[in-house]
Amino acid sequence: MAATPTDLSAALVMTPVATADWLVVLPPAWCILAGAVLLMARKSLHLQGFLAVPALAVLVLLDALLLAHVAANGPVTMVMGRWLPPFGIAFTADLTGVLFALAGAVVALAGAVHALTDIDGSGRRYGFYPFLLLLMAGVSGAFLTGDIFNLYVWFEVLLISSFGLITLGSEPRQIDGAIKYAFLNLIATTLFLITTGYLYGIFGTLNMADIAAKAAAGRAELPLMTLAMLYLTAFGMKAAAFPVNFWLPASYHTPRIVVSALFAGLLTKVGIYALLRTLIMLFPVEREELSFVIALTGAATMLLGALGALGQNDIRRLLGYLVISGIGVMLAGLSLGSPGGTGGAIFYALHSMVVMTGLYMAAGLAGRLSGTFDLSRLGGLYARSALFSALSLVLFFAVSGLPPFSGFWPKVMVAKAAMDIGAWWLAAVVFLSGFLTTIAVGRVFLLAYWRPAGGALSAETIPASALLPLVALTALTAVFGLFPEALLSTIQLAAQGLADPRAYIGSVFPGGN
Amino acid sequence: MEVPFVLLIGLFFSAAVYLMLSKFLVRVLLGVVLLGNAVNLLIFTNGRILREVPPIIPAGHDVPQALTANPLPQALILTAIVISFSFFAFLLVLVYRAYQDLGTDNGNEMRLAEPENDPLPPTGY
Repeated sequence: MAATPTDLSAALVMTPVATADWLVVLPPAWCILAGAVLLMARKSLHLQGFLAVPALAVLVLLDALLLAHVAANGPVTMVMGRWLPPFGIAFTADLTGVLFALAGAVVALAGAVHALTDIDGSGRRYGFYPFLLLLMAGVSGAFLTGDIFNLYVWFEVLLISSFGLITLGSEPRQIDGAIKYAFLNLIATTLFLITTGYLYGIFGTLNMADIAAKAAAGRAELPLMTLAMLYLTAFGMKAAAFPVNFWLPASYHTPRIVVSALFAGLLTKVGIYALLRTLIMLFPVEREELSFVIALTGAATMLLGALGALGQNDIRRLLGYLVISGIGVMLAGLSLGSPGGTGGAIFYALHSMVVMTGLYMAAGLAGRLSGTFDLSRLGGLYARSALFSALSLVLFFAVSGLPPFSGFWPKVMVAKAAMDIGAWWLAAVVFLSGFLTTIAVGRVFLLAYWRPAGGALSAETIPASALLPLVALTALTAVFGLFPEALLSTIQLAAQGLADPRAYIGSVFPGGN
Repeated sequence: MEVPFVLLIGLFFSAAVYLMLSKFLVRVLLGVVLLGNAVNLLIFTNGRILREVPPIIPAGHDVPQALTANPLPQALILTAIVISFSFFAFLLVLVYRAYQDLGTDNGNEMRLAEPENDPLPPTGY
């Protein structure tokens, strides 16, 4: 039989991928590769850190290059196996995704450096660094994918890596925390899968750009409200929003302190990112309908987090509640949906990634110097190290949203956006939760830092590799607090790109669909 | 064909929720497994259930002429089955380890991470 020439361009992307566009898939691919190498080298404990830190530095570089590329050229898409979208699985990087990915990579790098002295030999033998790299593969993949089922797969990748990290050490209280963490998170991702199944049944596509276009066209007859509500529940659970937040205070204080720091920086923010992606970009009209529900949830989350923090004696548990309180601010921004609200939510998420990681590291160092995490027994840290106390104080100011640090601007944006539509109560809750947080962390500073030490503090000097990430994260929050203009304008563009995804859709379907 | 499947899925979901409300972790674990299967069946039903319609496109046509089952949901389930199986394996080990270390499989008695009478922070020096 004579071979008839087949027109491949009907099914495949025929133009070769531009070299710069390969950057879209490199962050997750690089993490999986580096994770595999680290897994092979798991017996050489001294090598682990020396391989992982440069690998994560490369990840930061890749994400930074991708950010520059996306900022200059708009959203970038690459499809797997060259199949034309929506049939090929698309990776689409837009400003929002890349900003989250870059902040995540910075946090992971800081964690890896901090872990050089914080994770002992047995932690390395049980695979701290391979798990960290695989966690970053899941996180980067979730931020950069343009396919909603693929997002589910990346969620599972990061979830299974986080299981490995949270049980590292296998102390009984860790097992206790891990049980609650694992079951509740698994139920949340199952809910996500249910919704995605329904979504496929409704749209017949999983490509997010395709969904956004089809939802806009056929809104009247499609049952989109169900999807929006289910996604809100599923991702709200992942983000630890009230009233489905119980897994977070039950587990975040149990693992090694670096693991807590990484979780606080990365995991709940992936939930917020997924909420932004689905509710702002895919189902904006349904989000508007749900606006009051999300606003109430956000307000309750803010207050619960701040009040919970006030009642904790263990500083690690106190920080867990502060993570929740921050999620509330992001939900408040999400509920408004205006450029200021969405921008504020994105900015607050980036700020929270950096600051919460830094705070857990500071708590870890305080615990290492004092031998306890209990506020009733901590003391004398200011006399012990003024530099460390100053760094902690900056982070305390930042988490409370006090100027001149990075927590101030997003809170102002969210509160202003709330006042613009007359939701005074929401703005008031933002400020009230900030006030309560100030009291909670102010008391930590008063008791743990200023109060004279009850017993003798450890005489060990804080190793440079433990202090350096803390200095770097603190510097980031100070720099973006003092000079927010560049970041603010990028975030405004990112928020516009989410609210009006024409550029996103155009990058997936260059010829229109 | 869809209606009996829908009823079965409903049954699976209710059984899963009932089991997950238990305080004993083994039952919760079984509930999670059932929940995973309920979701798989749900996605499977989404892709149409038809008997003996071969998904073959006759010559000269671009789309199948008869209504066939959609293969994509089946591919999705395959992914989900593998993932839920690996999670089941991990959770099984975790629950067993918890039973060994904490001496109970009752979730209410697992109060190591969140002690029942945790003291409040001091109100002064």
